[in-house]
Amino acid sequence: MTDLLRIEGISKSYPGVKANDDVSFTIGAGRIHALLGENGAGKSTLVKMIYGLVRPDNGRMEMRGAPYQPSEPRAARGMGVAMVFQHFSLFNALSVAENVALGMDNPPAMRDLARRIREVSEGYGLPLDPTRIVGDLSAGERQRIEILRCLLQDPKLLIMDEPTSVLTPQEVMILFGTLRQLAAEGTSILYISHKLEEIRSLCGDATILRHGKVVGSCNPRATSARAMAELMVGATLRAPARGASTPGKAALEVSDLTLPATHPFGTTLRGINMTVRQGEVFGIGGVAGNGQDELLLALSGEVRSAAGAVRVLGKPVGDRDVNSRRRAGLVTAPEERLGHAAVPEMSLTENALLSGAVRKGLARRGFIDWNAAQGWAAEIIAAFDVRTRGTATPAGALSGGNLQKFVIGREILQKPAVIIVNQPTWGVDAAAAAFIRQALLDLAAEGAAVVVISQDIDEILEIADSFAALNEGRLSPPRPVAGLTLDQIGLMLGGAHGTQPAEPDALHSAHLASEQEDPHVPT
Amino acid sequence: MFRLEKRPEPSRLWTWGTPVLAVVATMIVGGLLFAAMGKDPLLAIRAIFWDPLFGPNASYFRPQLLVKAGPLILIAIGLSFGFRAAIWNIGAEGQYIIGALAGAGVALAAYPAENPLIFPAMVVAGALGGFLWGLIPALLRVRFGTNEILVSLMLVYVAENILSYMAHGPMKNPQGYGFPGSRNLQQYPSAHNAEVIAGTGLHWGVLTALAAVVLGYVLLNRHLFGFQIRVAGQAPRAARFAGINPNRLAALCLGGSGALAGLAGIFEVSGPGGQITDAFNVGYGFTAIIVAFLGRLHPFGILLAGLLMALTYIGGETAQLVVGLPAAAIQAFQGMLLFFLLAFDLLTHYRIRRRRITA
Repeated sequence: MTDLLRIEGISKSYPGVKANDDVSFTIGAGRIHALLGENGAGKSTLVKMIYGLVRPDNGRMEMRGAPYQPSEPRAARGMGVAMVFQHFSLFNALSVAENVALGMDNPPAMRDLARRIREVSEGYGLPLDPTRIVGDLSAGERQRIEILRCLLQDPKLLIMDEPTSVLTPQEVMILFGTLRQLAAEGTSILYISHKLEEIRSLCGDATILRHGKVVGSCNPRATSARAMAELMVGATLRAPARGASTPGKAALEVSDLTLPATHPFGTTLRGINMTVRQGEVFGIGGVAGNGQDELLLALSGEVRSAAGAVRVLGKPVGDRDVNSRRRAGLVTAPEERLGHAAVPEMSLTENALLSGAVRKGLARRGFIDWNAAQGWAAEIIAAFDVRTRGTATPAGALSGGNLQKFVIGREILQKPAVIIVNQPTWGVDAAAAAFIRQALLDLAAEGAAVVVISQDIDEILEIADSFAALNEGRLSPPRPVAGLTLDQIGLMLGGAHGTQPAEPDALHSAHLASEQEDPHVPT
Repeated sequence: MFRLEKRPEPSRLWTWGTPVLAVVATMIVGGLLFAAMGKDPLLAIRAIFWDPLFGPNASYFRPQLLVKAGPLILIAIGLSFGFRAAIWNIGAEGQYIIGALAGAGVALAAYPAENPLIFPAMVVAGALGGFLWGLIPALLRVRFGTNEILVSLMLVYVAENILSYMAHGPMKNPQGYGFPGSRNLQQYPSAHNAEVIAGTGLHWGVLTALAAVVLGYVLLNRHLFGFQIRVAGQAPRAARFAGINPNRLAALCLGGSGALAGLAGIFEVSGPGGQITDAFNVGYGFTAIIVAFLGRLHPFGILLAGLLMALTYIGGETAQLVVGLPAAAIQAFQGMLLFFLLAFDLLTHYRIRRRRITA
């Protein structure tokens, strides 16, 4: 096997975070190579450096033995590197051929291009009519355009960033057929994903990143999904930062919550059951797009369900609107800070009013008490150490971490009976993340039921009492975090439905087993 | 070279400076247009902006200013609420017509009885007519996901046909010698929307418009409804998070702006207009869209914009008489105003920087 691309000791730092730290690996010619890791592990930064979008601080890359230092994507393309991004950059109003032409450095005449598109797309089993308007195409067909753009440049290395996240299972099968054909013809593919079973069926090699470092490499076909999940998540299980509390009565009960997807790429929630007691922190893990957003909307009241599907302190609220649920004691903090949890153009006072009007009594007979609202905003800013010039600052002018502190603080300070947070520390610096986690723990200690939806397994293990995994809209049965092993987490995340909670003794022994050295971790 | 740089926050100065700049630019480019047509630009501009207020016949034109500005302001206040919430009612002209028909219908049914309750009943009927006509696009939007811009606009033409049918049919004056058009409500004391102070142009519709300005300001700045409207327009997902029901909001905005347009219609037909004819509507409902944006969707801004727009209407007529400008040139002049306003709006969100040329 000859090497196509060698990466040696690549590092890249951004202010406050080391995105890549001494990363080395090799992609063989004609191989499908997986790059695995959780969100924030440094996968995107690494491929951006390969594609010439970002320059590494240290380290070197070699393409077929010659030094490779692309200064811009055009240079990378010139060396035979092509990339299909997770988010498409297509113009809906233009035809397929026009979109392809726009993405090429030297587009041929439109008639020749249309002919080439037909030839290549049919040759690779991705039929596409060059005259169709992009706005009429499905997500899978749009992705084909992006792939075709790359194939027309005759790439030696094709980088694919989470290509299956928008595809139906049938489209995934077609895509995999194409990728295998490409590899058989000698094109190398760098395949980025965190879907383990996909990688096992498609890829011949895998490099696993965690916190910017290579933590292992393996042959996915010969390695279990569980073992790869362990490498992704990290071999150490951190104990929760606080002692076991005695949970009170059930504060949030969800029973058989089933909701159809509201939009084409949404996830259907299927028979979700969970009970969260007062004082309990309930962690929900899972890969993005498995129903996290839908679950939050169903719990917050933005999407309604059957009355009995959601109960707060025993009271059925499933058919009630957002503010009725707030009155009943349930508050939420959505994942998307700007545009959902806060209005970017509006001041912090106005944003404090957004969700606080009901529980804080900031309006009387519909008339807003702006003084009270401003005082309430100032209270949040002071209590949660939000760095800002004052309550008149627009929310959009705050940094991500500060706005997240404001958003979480706004909900916590309402003294809710139940709080549900989605990705509470996503894109937030370490200090702010620690602050937010501690605030959630403190709220639980005061007797609130806390639900943390997060893709960060470490975060859930750090603060949660119970853990359940969300997979394709289904929630696994919860397990106590104390004594939970990475094997079990891996299985739960991978969607092994219907596994029964093991006996405490068995949990304990399995935990010990997982702490033994893993053969796939390089020394 | 110059380049545009996004401002971190919208500029307060330019938010209010652009309308002034737009008026000045309209005067300059409009003047050039008039000059190209062989007319004296200074004379034309003077005829439009100066003569109606301070010219020799100003005593005739000044009351006309209020008569024209009243319906514009009333309709624009209603539209501005929907526009802030990104709900686009383009059909105020139709709601204006239906309001006038509903109110006039009450009056004509009661004729010739004299009762002090007739006029209030007409006003309520006018508001209700506009409200229901505005609710049609709202219901279609909520129920079937139709586009309210198209539906409300097309309903204008439906309303115009109903107007024409009424003027030639059911509402035709039986003592009108066969001419189309209803009885003249100005000659029916119980139904006449007379001037509150004679000779000023100040009729009940103008007072209602002024009340709508104050009420709109309070609603927008002190009431949860105004807050919800602003949230819905700026961040629809955050609006749902805040517990705002988008369907209810769409119905309130379209129905509410329809009701105000209907009010404008009934005050017009019972006052300055006098009778239902097939030429009753003169485009207040469309011009109010310009007024709403010219006034920055702000109630007091709309008040000023409505007066300015009325001035160009009246001044346009004097310019036609004095300078001999064609009506189309006046309409182009009014369109320029909106065009320049939208163009200069760029300065609110961007600043112009000189690009350093790097070697």
